[in-house]
Amino acid sequence: MIKLDYVISAQNLSKKYGSFQALKGISFRIQEGECFGFLGHNGAGKSTTMRMIYGLSTVDEGQLTIWDQPITLTPPEIKSRLGIVPQEDSLDPDLTVLENLEVYGGLFGLSRSQSQMLGRQLLDDMGMLEKEHDSVESLSGGLKRRLVIARALINQPQIIILDEPTTGLDPQARHQVWQKLRSLKSQGVTLILTTHYMEEATQICDRLVIMHEGLILAEGSPMELIARCVLPYVIEIHLPIQDVPEQLMKHAGRFNAEVLQVANGIFLYCQDGHRLWEQLKHWDIPQHACFLRPSNLEDVFLKLTGKGEEQ
Amino acid sequence: MTGAFRVLDRHLKVFGRTWQHNLMFNVMEPLLYLSAMGFGLGAFVQEIDGMSYIQFIAPGMIALSAMYSATFECTYGTFVRLHYQKAFHAMLAGPVTVKDVVLGEILYGMMKSVLFGIVILVVVALLGQIPSWQALWIPLFLILPGTLFSIMALCYSGITTNIDYINYYITLVIMPFFLFGGLYFPVSALPGVVQKLNWLNPLYHSVEVCRALAFGNPAQAIGFHVAILAAMSALLLPLPIRLMKTRLLS
Ligand SMILES: Nc1ncnc2c1ncn2[C@@H]1O[C@H](COP(=O)(O)OP(=O)(O)OP(=O)(O)O)[C@@H](O)[C@H]1O
Ligand SMILES: [Mg+2]
Repeated sequence: MIKLDYVISAQNLSKKYGSFQALKGISFRIQEGECFGFLGHNGAGKSTTMRMIYGLSTVDEGQLTIWDQPITLTPPEIKSRLGIVPQEDSLDPDLTVLENLEVYGGLFGLSRSQSQMLGRQLLDDMGMLEKEHDSVESLSGGLKRRLVIARALINQPQIIILDEPTTGLDPQARHQVWQKLRSLKSQGVTLILTTHYMEEATQICDRLVIMHEGLILAEGSPMELIARCVLPYVIEIHLPIQDVPEQLMKHAGRFNAEVLQVANGIFLYCQDGHRLWEQLKHWDIPQHACFLRPSNLEDVFLKLTGKGEEQ
Repeated sequence: MTGAFRVLDRHLKVFGRTWQHNLMFNVMEPLLYLSAMGFGLGAFVQEIDGMSYIQFIAPGMIALSAMYSATFECTYGTFVRLHYQKAFHAMLAGPVTVKDVVLGEILYGMMKSVLFGIVILVVVALLGQIPSWQALWIPLFLILPGTLFSIMALCYSGITTNIDYINYYITLVIMPFFLFGGLYFPVSALPGVVQKLNWLNPLYHSVEVCRALAFGNPAQAIGFHVAILAAMSALLLPLPIRLMKTRLLS
């Protein structure tokens, strides 16, 4: 038996806001050194879960344990070993870029020179060192986001909680952030991440959960989830719904394909994509309106969270 | 408490950038009152308790400046940090508690009270309106009203949901303090009920102490006012912490 070290574990975690139940009893365990993702639609309860971990929310129902310590409200001793990227930027607009890092480092007891040195290094990693003396107000949304990430790293945390870290970033910046996260992971830092980008989750999460309306629907590595939840190939049919031949369901059934209706058309999931692809012309479906690809995490997500309706 | 000082450190950094505007705002107003009332009204008033009118109101301006500094910092300043800048949320992601955040705000408001009180003290002393060296105790004393006015303001900031509502606090709480606190006339001129109510007016107690120290009056009366201010601070302190907890944590 391999002994696994869990740095965070949650048992039946629930949260009520008034009469609204935002979390309905979720359980998960995060191992030391892994990148653990939370996926889910707006309002699924991702940030609520993150806030409970980093001490902006109290644990009222269920159990949360961080480093073997039961948590009601995460205390400063634990928070001093966490790095937080909240969903909202919350930078100090009265201060410059570097001063923001200095002041934040100060909260962790870093001296001015320490946090300046570390801060400049982090700004360099984030590709924004030349902005060090700019006012925060003058930064673009993406640069603000990168500064928040730099800020979260100033105390050299052992666990980093990133609530939608790359929302608003351009593709280059997103890759830069991923690179940084991978290098942190290689140093043994545990990462907890929420995201709406399936590619991000696939690229950097070792394991993830898919949340929906306060519940966890599935858990596993991206590959496991794809293998477990959907068939390996998809044919996307982008036709107005009235132009889709009525026979399609019957045809698909004969090939053991699953049909999912999504906003912009119909997805056909199947074992053998190429074989089905050849059938399309016999079914009066023009191939130019179709697209064959391997299934990915997005398909898992669509299927589980029911935004695509199974037929 | 370490957390609170770290929070204060953040505020001081910001203060280092904005103190000029702060100075204008917190110091000009008392000085305008002093000159308008002192010279204007003073022309009609002979003497009060053996002091010239301007001497009578000068110590009040010190107390007034202290009240304004703490009040504005912990209403508008706090509200902006809380609501618009999300500075408290950001700090709470670090190793501090809500209590640290609130204490940091109080320390900052108190510090500004003392600082701007000193500025007014220096100005009125230079104008020759402070007869006694005992006035050197005033800065130390201002820690008390600075703390109390910060606590009171934080309570209001903890419940108000809109920055415009801060006007209610200024108009309904701070203005009566200011008008009935004995800055411009001895409170004995007021109807008995109002005199009684003044026991709850921290500015009244502050003015009395500042005036006594400025004139080198014997210490006996001071103790009473100091005790009331200290008691009010101690009693109220848990309230803003609790209110901010409700506000910041969900
Ligand atoms: N302080 C609060 N008071 C009342 N309701 C809240 C509060 N915080 C969150 N909620 C509600 O709880 C639910 C979950 O919110 P949460 O912010 O956790 O979602 P999320 O998964 O992070 O969504 P998003 O992707 O939009 O960030 C939402 O319906 C939200 O309206
Ligand atoms: Mg969220």
